[in-house]
Amino acid sequence: MDAPLTQAICPERDALIERAEGLVRDTTLASVARWKQDRPGSKAIGFLPPYVPRELIHAAGALPVGILGGGDMEVVRGDAYFQSYICRLPRSTIELGLSGALDVVDGMLFPSICDVVRNLSGMWQILFPKSFVRYFDMPQNFEPEIGGRFFEHEMRSLLSDLGALTGRCVTDDDLRDSIAKFNVNRREVRALYRLRAEQPWQVPSSELYALVRAGNVLDVDDHTAMLRAYRATLDASPRRPKDMARVALRGCFCEQPPLELIKTLERSGCFIVDDDWVLSARWIDGDIATDGDPLWNLVLAFLERAMPCPSLYELRKERGEELVDGVRESKAEGVIFAAPSFCDPALLDQPMAMACAKAASIPATSFLYSENTGQFQVIREQAGTFADSIRLS
Amino acid sequence: MSPIATSVRKDRSQEQQKALIADYYGRLGALAAAGQGAPWTFVPGNLTELLLTFDPLPVLPEINALQSGMRKTSGEQVLHAEKLGHSEDVCAYVKASIGAWHQGNVGPTGDPLPKPNLLLLSYTGCFTFLKWFELLRGETKAPTVMLHVPYQAQGGITNEMRAYVVKQLRETVVPALEKVSGKKFDIDKLREHLRLSALAEDDLVRVLEAGKHRPSPIDGYFGAVYYVGPIFTAYRGTQAAVDYYRDSWAEIEERIARGEGPITPDGPMGEQRFRLVVEGPPNWTHFREFWHMFHSEGAVAVASTYTKVGGLYDRGFRHDPDRPLESLAEYCLNCYTNLNLSSRVDLIADYVRDYDADGFVVHSIKSCDSFSAGQLLILREVEKRTGKPGAFIESDLVDPRYFSAANIKNRVESYLQMLGQKQAVGGHA
Repeated sequence: MDAPLTQAICPERDALIERAEGLVRDTTLASVARWKQDRPGSKAIGFLPPYVPRELIHAAGALPVGILGGGDMEVVRGDAYFQSYICRLPRSTIELGLSGALDVVDGMLFPSICDVVRNLSGMWQILFPKSFVRYFDMPQNFEPEIGGRFFEHEMRSLLSDLGALTGRCVTDDDLRDSIAKFNVNRREVRALYRLRAEQPWQVPSSELYALVRAGNVLDVDDHTAMLRAYRATLDASPRRPKDMARVALRGCFCEQPPLELIKTLERSGCFIVDDDWVLSARWIDGDIATDGDPLWNLVLAFLERAMPCPSLYELRKERGEELVDGVRESKAEGVIFAAPSFCDPALLDQPMAMACAKAASIPATSFLYSENTGQFQVIREQAGTFADSIRLS
Repeated sequence: MSPIATSVRKDRSQEQQKALIADYYGRLGALAAAGQGAPWTFVPGNLTELLLTFDPLPVLPEINALQSGMRKTSGEQVLHAEKLGHSEDVCAYVKASIGAWHQGNVGPTGDPLPKPNLLLLSYTGCFTFLKWFELLRGETKAPTVMLHVPYQAQGGITNEMRAYVVKQLRETVVPALEKVSGKKFDIDKLREHLRLSALAEDDLVRVLEAGKHRPSPIDGYFGAVYYVGPIFTAYRGTQAAVDYYRDSWAEIEERIARGEGPITPDGPMGEQRFRLVVEGPPNWTHFREFWHMFHSEGAVAVASTYTKVGGLYDRGFRHDPDRPLESLAEYCLNCYTNLNLSSRVDLIADYVRDYDADGFVVHSIKSCDSFSAGQLLILREVEKRTGKPGAFIESDLVDPRYFSAANIKNRVESYLQMLGQKQAVGGHA
């Protein structure tokens, strides 16, 4: 059964969504170029999923820019660097680099998420030898005095290198200010997520996805203002409740789903009430302390309150338990496992998560996508059938 | 091209290696029969000496998978795992391992394997290891201890990286082993195992560097798989390994003196027309057929990177009894797949030069992103750096569906023909 996307007449909201979607689709990073034009001599630093502490980049005076692949752009040169069994994200990222679309960023950070992105960092070093390139190794040991101290050193090194690049000697107060700004931003993101879980008809996931993703190419204050403006339109012009199947979406933490895929799931009768896309926007659960040593506060926040992600070793629970917790918290009625083709962390994780879902009697379905998936009919039928089965059960 | 012989020829060291591996699986079988468990761990970044300090014999799921591949049983294991919901897109080693567990946890030789009493996750150079042991933890309910080894992203080991690994060894891994074994850690016992490791490593390097001779007395890829077998499995740090590598080197010295090449499964190798460096792991399900495509055309591998996944001894690393935990940490940090791409390009280019190779072959493995992602750039860079032509072929580790013999043979033959034409024109490829 197909359900229409939730509609309500609100020009302000439409304009915000149009802007957010435009930012998501713009692989030329025009907004980043404008930001730099307005601040002569300033720098922008790109980073890949799932997480880097944007506070460090911001405190160094640069703009953190989330690089999430090339969407449905045509990839020609990027394909020449990867075998057919490697996922799409590194191909389109290389294409962006070779085509000059990433010239606007002054450096690239590659967090430790998988072997492909790790090796992509080395490819970047070779292909762009004059570029600032760093691999950001996140600890898999979560003891403060072991993994924490290693991570502290990683972060201090990165901060020092960023400061050298931007010409700023970053102080603790700079870092505290940045943490405070991102705390506010994360609060706004969380508020939207909460509202979506409570009243999903008010915050369609296609809108939330575009709004949160837009933060990858905006200054944090600008993004926070955008999120607040959107929330204000919901108060001023609420939408009518709808009854659709509530689902959690998993597997999208690196290569991002096309916006049309999210819209397709909604059209097929699914309210997405929990997801793992654009994790960098909410990697840390709750505020990060601004008193004391701000860098150590970032370390502790990572060790103790990082979002579950298949690329982080799960020490405290069995794999999949966090999914069941998330499903219960968001009152989802089913899970859609949507993993990018050839995404090792997502696909290796999936059997464990599916087993946990099954043990908890949570219905689930799965399909593969890539960032340039353009045909949605099969997904629409599959998701529609899944939504119907939930609603009829 | 000569046909594949019906019987397999082995040299003395290969027979010794076979006996060692059989003994290893026999001892694992005995443990299983006695109802005892064993730690399970990985080859890159393995801590064999530390394990031996506490006496346990490790189970190595990668070795089980590759041995199953060579014995043609991995395909069924992979399919079994896929029926359980594991994706076609992911590592076939993992699926062979999961399949084998569900099929009764029997090893490749038919001996039962001990259940894991500890999953020692030496997380070196491969993210899949992490997911693999999370999956096995779910299946076996065994406790897991993580050893996170940072990546050499900037092309070197920093003091902080070393200190991080040492701290994990001291405060996480050793206590976990003490708990499982019920024994106190004895650092002097560890030193003795490390001393034996270094002795074996000296001779292993002599063996592998014999590929610099003309003719090469060894095949540094297919043949070298046998040579690295004992030190990659449970024998590093033992007198058995010292003896094996001493004997292997003596055998090779004899071949050098006689001007002989390696013994292939089809008999002594004849004229060596092409000297190659090989990057990437072998295919195991069609190992002999794959090797035959090369040696039957007179192509010998003089060096390879796969033989360095268990340690870069030829670049000078030795386990050091005077710095026990530090040297274990450096060993883990130094494994081949923990090197960044520039370092890998440097190493392959050095091999092409130092072993006077005519060209190099990249064998790209669908299962292994750690090796494969970036290999097309490695190919270009090594060609640019050395002026030697490279070949690119693709298959898989232990999933027989991905070994397309006709395609691979075509590509190998075309490449070697091209090398032959270059030789005819220039006298040297």
